[in-house]
Amino acid sequence: MVALALAEQALSIAAGASLEIDGVSHAFDIDGKVLPVLDDVSIKVAPGEFVALLGPSGCGKSTLLRLVAGLEPPRAGSLREDGVPITGPNPSRVVVFQDPTLFPWRHVWNNVALGLEAQGILKSQRHRVDAAIELVGLSTFRNAFPHQLSGGMAQRVALARALVNDPKILVLDEPLGKLDSLTRITMQAELVSLWQRSGFTALLVTHDVEEALFLANRVIVFSDRPAKIKADIVVDRPYPRHRGDAHLAELRRHILGLLGLDATW
Amino acid sequence: MPTYSASDAVPFGAVGPAGELGLFRQLHVSASGLAAGLAWLAFGMSCLWWPDIGDWPRTEGVAITAFIIAAGIVLATTTAKWLGRAGAGLQQRAPWLLALGLFLTLWEVATAKFGWLPLPFFPPPQSIVEVYTDDLPKLLDSVLASVKLQLGGYFIGAAAGFLTGVSIGWSRGVGYWVHPVLRFIGPLPATAWLPIAFFTFPSSWSASTFLIALATGFPVTVLTWSGVASVSSAYYDVARTLGAKPSFLVLKVAIPAALPHVFVGLFMGLGSSFAVLVVAEMIGVKAGLGWYLQWAQGWAAYANMYAALIVMSLLCSGAITLLFKVRDHLLVWQKGVVKW
Repeated sequence: MVALALAEQALSIAAGASLEIDGVSHAFDIDGKVLPVLDDVSIKVAPGEFVALLGPSGCGKSTLLRLVAGLEPPRAGSLREDGVPITGPNPSRVVVFQDPTLFPWRHVWNNVALGLEAQGILKSQRHRVDAAIELVGLSTFRNAFPHQLSGGMAQRVALARALVNDPKILVLDEPLGKLDSLTRITMQAELVSLWQRSGFTALLVTHDVEEALFLANRVIVFSDRPAKIKADIVVDRPYPRHRGDAHLAELRRHILGLLGLDATW
Repeated sequence: MPTYSASDAVPFGAVGPAGELGLFRQLHVSASGLAAGLAWLAFGMSCLWWPDIGDWPRTEGVAITAFIIAAGIVLATTTAKWLGRAGAGLQQRAPWLLALGLFLTLWEVATAKFGWLPLPFFPPPQSIVEVYTDDLPKLLDSVLASVKLQLGGYFIGAAAGFLTGVSIGWSRGVGYWVHPVLRFIGPLPATAWLPIAFFTFPSSWSASTFLIALATGFPVTVLTWSGVASVSSAYYDVARTLGAKPSFLVLKVAIPAALPHVFVGLFMGLGSSFAVLVVAEMIGVKAGLGWYLQWAQGWAAYANMYAALIVMSLLCSGAITLLFKVRDHLLVWQKGVVKW
């Protein structure tokens, strides 16, 4: 416990940033045809809020995350972090992708150190890498290569690689999508406690309604492509949440209805 | 892809009867070791049993050496337990030693004793040994010249190929200009440049270095390029969101990710550069193993040719072993790399 407390201290508690997505539209050129993916999306996320984005497969949620990360500029509209326009990637907004995409040629420790190394501050900040690995409970695997890790462990390393940068906004692109259901449930609980302790703003894309309701303050439901906001639902339940909560079950039925799945429920 | 080497072979009949006493319990007369010893004994005997049909002064020396080797094999395989890893390795290779002994016996009988194979095209073992004992200085000079030429050309070619490959893979602009040139010139065998190279370059040595570098550079360039081009964009996305600058993306993402391809290129380049080295030495450079081969042929010194060939194959194999060692060291993170 002491080690964990120290680990948290080393990853200084960075307060989350606010995120404003203002009238954003985006499209892709595929074989000379314009394929619209986002249609006039506006979302305001308060500092420290946990927002889940739900929607049918391929509707453009992940594209929205790429825009938030600054990996691409939007075709129309603007995105701001704490009022500052987003023009490119920045370690204050870190993405955890569906695949862990660890660098196979680096040990766990060096994978986690990637961000600090890229920013040229690794030499003075090595303790932060140790702390982040400690935080996700993989200290014994610091010298393992990625191919020696299980899927859940690899995704934990990816999480540590993001958290070591003290992100103000953590962008989660279906980070638990490929894990088995048991690992998934464990990591959902871990994610909640990490978020509660660190105070970052979280933006999560998921297909799993239950996951969204278990984790998020707000669930935003998107329509089919091009994605439009269909509903913005506040989940006003204290943490840690109970999966059998009657109110959550009610919300779940409502959201599945919005996604056009009411016939089955 | 499974590959096999002699060290993987399972020794047959490795266990013999153990003695009563503690000391003797440690001694296992291995059947394969004993058989290998007998084969070498047979080789030695075959040297002495019949008279030579030609004049070879080293026959007796070879026989004595064979006896010593035979005794060594039997002794070492019997006491393998005390010799640790070396002993275990020898024990594993005993079947190969047996085969080698039988081959040498057959070779000796078929050439020096009964002349089943026509002389002088098929010299006996002792005449090749004679080359190593009597013509050593010239052979060593040739080895040194070849190694120097090969190393220089190979390193220049590998470095140039690597840099070109990374540049093409990374920059569209460089790719636009270099790719057509590469497509036009690359597939041309480097030896086709030989006549031009030898009169445009100031010395035959620099011309050969250029040709070896060319032969090495092409595969290294193409494979480095394809390695860099095939790096998953997800790696770049990850690095960029973590604050990586372009130089970091090239040095810490693209190059390490492309390294497995680069080593395939280095391996292929090594193979084709050997070919160019030998041809260049035969035609232009008046030194090196290629030249030695040519010279030996001119004098109908066939034993010298075989001797040089054996040395050459040891050198080439050694170079590839070295390359694979370096690769294994740098690419430990890969699963299931091919053993050499």
